[in-house]
Amino acid sequence: MSMRTVNFTINGEAKSVQAESRQLLVHCIRETLGLTGTHVGCETSHCGACTIDLDGEPVKSCTMFAVQAEGKSLTTVEGLAVGGTLNPVQEGFWEEHGLQCGFCTPGMMITATALLRTVNEPTETEIREAISGNLCRCTGYVNIVKAIQYAQRKMHPTPAPEAVLQGGD
Amino acid sequence: MIPAAFEYVVAHSLEETVGLLAKHGSDAKILSGGMSLIPAMKLRLAQPAFIIDVNGVSGLEYIREEHGELRIGAMTREAALERSTLVKHGYPILFETARVIADPLVRNRATIGGNLAHADPANDHPATMLALGATIVAHGPNGDRLIPIDEFFPSFFASALEPDEILTEIRIPAPGVRNGGAYIKFERKVGDYAIAAVAVNLTLDAHDTCIAARIGLTNVTDVPARASSAEASLVGHRITDQAIADASRLAAHQSDPKSDLRGSAEYKRDLVRVLAGRAIGRAVSRARGGSH
Ligand SMILES: Cc1cc2nc3c(=O)[nH]c(=O)nc-3n(C[C@H](O)[C@H](O)[C@H](O)COP(=O)(O)OP(=O)(O)OC[C@H]3O[C@@H](n4cnc5c(N)ncnc54)[C@H](O)[C@@H]3O)c2cc1C
Ligand code: FES
Ligand code: FES
Repeated sequence: MSMRTVNFTINGEAKSVQAESRQLLVHCIRETLGLTGTHVGCETSHCGACTIDLDGEPVKSCTMFAVQAEGKSLTTVEGLAVGGTLNPVQEGFWEEHGLQCGFCTPGMMITATALLRTVNEPTETEIREAISGNLCRCTGYVNIVKAIQYAQRKMHPTPAPEAVLQGGD
Repeated sequence: MIPAAFEYVVAHSLEETVGLLAKHGSDAKILSGGMSLIPAMKLRLAQPAFIIDVNGVSGLEYIREEHGELRIGAMTREAALERSTLVKHGYPILFETARVIADPLVRNRATIGGNLAHADPANDHPATMLALGATIVAHGPNGDRLIPIDEFFPSFFASALEPDEILTEIRIPAPGVRNGGAYIKFERKVGDYAIAAVAVNLTLDAHDTCIAARIGLTNVTDVPARASSAEASLVGHRITDQAIADASRLAAHQSDPKSDLRGSAEYKRDLVRVLAGRAIGRAVSRARGGSH
């Protein structure tokens, strides 16, 4: 069995773990590091429950080997809240009832957080496209979209009236 | 869903990659985005003994126009193609292709080189590259080798790459005047492979006569293929509604879909007809529209 030492940063903390080459990143995160907020839904690269942020981009951690995380910076759902304060996306899911069973929620929030970091004012269509790799079997997506819009408003409060006039579409 | 054990090596240069490929032969597999390879390994459809991770090879992620061609580094991610204004405005057919591949999470990792090297007739880039008349650059022990896309898919799930070659670049001729292209895909749900898709790239002269046409088909043939009879029916003729309808029927006739969960062969063949008609129509209006 070929074991390797893998060094990466996860939720701001430097880690050094032992991983067999074939170990999937999601299993390293859940089993080696005990961060079980990242879920395994399908194992076949379809559902997005395993979504983590890898160097600023949401990716499916069941479709990467742990050894590929060498030198990378990872964020999982456990790393979204800062100092016990929910991030705007988490707050949005809370306020807008953006979940039912919650299984898809960690991946959904990682994707949404990455979206709002790169696009200030996504349209509803852009939000729906961005989360199209994250499947939710409960909510019908309506409140998930509302939750992300809540976060967007919170992060970028309503601009001055003249900007609203120009920006309306 | 645990892949079989393998030895993992990170390559830092093309030379190192080619050396490792030469040493391990068909036991080795290159790992790019991993979005086709890892799912296949989980299902144990692929059990390579050596994985050569080329994500550490720098200089393979770029999109630029040079020498009258669009040149794309093999490690360019789908997400980068989608974000590129050069692609969006200059090569709308390529933009349309990248955007409908899998889902945004997959597109953050998946590479254009991997998409072509995998030679899956269900993948979207092969048809588009056939329509665009692309050239594949393969790097091996003797340096670069240029492979015309028409020779790149010799048989089922096989590419023309030698076991000791890595795909490094894709070259697409820059569109001339009155050239236009389009890619139209029909899928069961967002992120799925195509039930069928059609790529069209054509050129009109000043009188609206078609002087060149290439049409690629996705997921309706055993290997990525062109609808050559449909192409031939367009070239030399003015593009009328009747000409589009005739070409679309020929494209459908040349497709050879299999019945599966995505639909019956009859349904898929008729879908090719409909999509070909739409794609030709869109390509024509882009060709008439000027620059692209
Ligand atoms: C859920 C899901 C949905 C998908 N839907 C679509 C879709 O709708 N349309 C579509 O086109 N694709 C789809 N894909 C496939 C995806 O686009 C793959 O990423 C792509 O087919 C392969 O690219 P990759 O970089 O991930 O290659 P990898 O998975 O890393 O490699 C694939 C194969 O190519 C070889 N290879 C990779 N790079 C090179 C290279 N530079 N030189 C030589 N050989 C190389 C590898 O050894 C391997 O055999 C989907 C994938 C998933 C997981
Ligand atoms: S568990 Fe990774 S995509 Fe479903
Ligand atoms: S809340 Fe149950 S799957 Fe999304």
